[in-house]
Amino acid sequence: MMKYLFAKNEDIPAGTASIYFGFSSIWWFVIGTGLGSFNAAKLAFPDFVTGTELFAFGHMRQVHVLAVIVGWISMAFGMTMMYMTPALGKTKLWSEKLGIWTALLWNVGLSLGLILLWMGITSGREYSDLIWPIDLVVIFGVLVPLGINVWMTIAQRRTQGIYITNWFFGACIFMVTITILVGQSAEIFNLTGLTEAYLTFWHAHNLLGLWITPVAAAIAYYVIPKLTGNPLYSHRIGHLHFWAIIAFYSTPASHHLLSAPLPEWLKSFASVEGVLILIPAIAFVANILLTLKGRWSMFVENVEIKFSVTGVLLAIPLNMQGGFQQTRAINWYVHGTGWIVAHAHLALLGMSSFLEAAAVYFGLQSAMRRKLYSLALANFHYWFFIIGFCTYWITMTIAGLIQGAGKIYEVPYIDVVIAEHPYMIGRWVGGTMVFTGNMVWLYNMYMTAREGTVVPKGRYAHELAYER
Amino acid sequence: MIITLMLPSFDFRSAESTWVGLDKSLSNGRLIGFSYEDMTVRGNNKPITVILNKDPKTGEVFDPPRRAYVYKPGTPFASPINHPDNLGPTVKKLSIEKGRIDRADMSQGAVFTIDYADVNGEEWAYVVNKTALAGWQPQSVLDFAGDANQKYVGRGKTVYITEGCWWCHTLLPEHTQDWQVFGTPPYLGDFNGEMPTAFGSDRKAPDILHVASRNSSREWMMMHFFNPRLVQPNSIMPRFDYLWGPVDVNGKPIDFSKWRDEYDEYRTGQRAYPPEVPEYARDTEIRALIDWVLTSLK
Repeated sequence: MMKYLFAKNEDIPAGTASIYFGFSSIWWFVIGTGLGSFNAAKLAFPDFVTGTELFAFGHMRQVHVLAVIVGWISMAFGMTMMYMTPALGKTKLWSEKLGIWTALLWNVGLSLGLILLWMGITSGREYSDLIWPIDLVVIFGVLVPLGINVWMTIAQRRTQGIYITNWFFGACIFMVTITILVGQSAEIFNLTGLTEAYLTFWHAHNLLGLWITPVAAAIAYYVIPKLTGNPLYSHRIGHLHFWAIIAFYSTPASHHLLSAPLPEWLKSFASVEGVLILIPAIAFVANILLTLKGRWSMFVENVEIKFSVTGVLLAIPLNMQGGFQQTRAINWYVHGTGWIVAHAHLALLGMSSFLEAAAVYFGLQSAMRRKLYSLALANFHYWFFIIGFCTYWITMTIAGLIQGAGKIYEVPYIDVVIAEHPYMIGRWVGGTMVFTGNMVWLYNMYMTAREGTVVPKGRYAHELAYER
Repeated sequence: MIITLMLPSFDFRSAESTWVGLDKSLSNGRLIGFSYEDMTVRGNNKPITVILNKDPKTGEVFDPPRRAYVYKPGTPFASPINHPDNLGPTVKKLSIEKGRIDRADMSQGAVFTIDYADVNGEEWAYVVNKTALAGWQPQSVLDFAGDANQKYVGRGKTVYITEGCWWCHTLLPEHTQDWQVFGTPPYLGDFNGEMPTAFGSDRKAPDILHVASRNSSREWMMMHFFNPRLVQPNSIMPRFDYLWGPVDVNGKPIDFSKWRDEYDEYRTGQRAYPPEVPEYARDTEIRALIDWVLTSLK
């Protein structure tokens, strides 16, 4: 891949940037879930590794969070943008070379940022832990070049309209850039107090609301019609989804701060807007599931559809929880407990990661024009992923309910810790299963690149994948 | 986006600092996270909070003891000193007119205290620049108070940030037993000038905003940080023994592996008592952390 860094743009085969992004994302997924498994072990067995600050929980947790969000999820998004945007515009990527450089800078910048975090050089702001010089690298070294590539590809499309996926891609790159710029302004301009706290959670929530969930949904809008051969059920509902996200999803940040002395109107406003998120959520799930009409057998037979439909189905509990747990009554009970950890993993590891895994499977096969090395290993990955995830999600939900009860019934905290111990072990087991599945996935994709059957011109890799 | 970003800021600018807010920002110093003054986030260039029983110039006795915030020459001032708008309109007016904070000079250093004034029958806390008004010099205040009364609160908050304590311990009590049993809820002006606020969103452990009012024992804190299982056998808190550094208070190297072996013997029932927790040396991170917990979180 490195040999194309200084090649002429015309000499770089189409899909190169996509392949680079795809393998980087899988690699970061392995690292991120490995760190997650390690951290979970520390919560179940606190004397697991001690004596050095490098392996202390406080140093490791943020590395896990950012390796997954910025490494795995966002690079998988980069990967999908590199192949879906041109495919949907019936054109080539505006600049493969820029794409390769973006991926390289992304890996270097993220590695640097995570090493600094690991050493304790942090801004101390939850989910915006990276120090602001690194954040400027993220914005101007990664997001802006990515955006230019995607926007220019959309601009030079050879189709009349812009498909819903590209609407999302174009808008979300813009919105996440604004989100990071505004979110980091607290640090750059030394804003303090509740303004800083509010901006921290404004950034943290909008990273999910304006980047991770909408782009994951956009991937589903491409993958499912493409693989099933059915047209999207309704473009109009797709647009409802898009504009409802713009209207409602950028506002509910202060539900994280309901017990802070913020203005009451702001907290109520956030809660109401939070429930309105159900509109884009229901629109998305209904649209995708109706698209599958008549092709549900593929849910069993086709590994990409299996992954992506699982992701869409997990969006149902995700949004039901998300819509209601930020109302004051429910937030009072569950805020800060393991329930929220379960919910966050339902969003990132459940809904979004399943959709991205499907897109990376599909995209790497198409870009490399090679048949998947082993369907059995892909199925192994799927089952380890889903069972591990469900173990994690269910145990943490139960732990959260125990913790919430302990919190409001004035139970001494240590009794809650004792009661949670079995669930912490369950969390570790679930996380380790996901990690194991991901290592198998990395091996499978590596072998696909090396030894997968070459797909002849005129055929799609996913068509051939199930021919023996 | 615009609604939730622009409108709340109007409220924040008119928020008046409480005593808690002044105390936190003056004792923490300018910034806790990454900044040019402290690129590696080690808690360098932080002010020192000093507990004074007597006025260092006149010898007048303070009862109860008062806190002074000592900025040695070159230590960057806290946000409210550089940007008095952070204090809120009334507190800003008092601090400039009565407290003369505008006369503080970073290159000379300064000592600040918090005083009270009556405005229309209401009591307001404001910042006083004691260097300008009473001639308190940073080094002489430190010498006068002695090491035992110097609290490395600002550096301790930095340790709290870099060690990621806030991943489990929030600083934002909720409307549950936090408010009903542990202490008062936070007020609007408690956060002026603080950065980062580090509220935390996950509670794997109790909220610690008022922890020193529940437990103010330095010995308990030492044992708890060295190995939490010494005071609470079921705790899942990590050991923070590495914050002790290589040597103890007498300059003797701390033998961590011997300590762990003896602790394992205690845990398996071969010893009646756990080994002694070493006394920390003067300039260690653990001292700063305990100072912060016991001084700032009351």
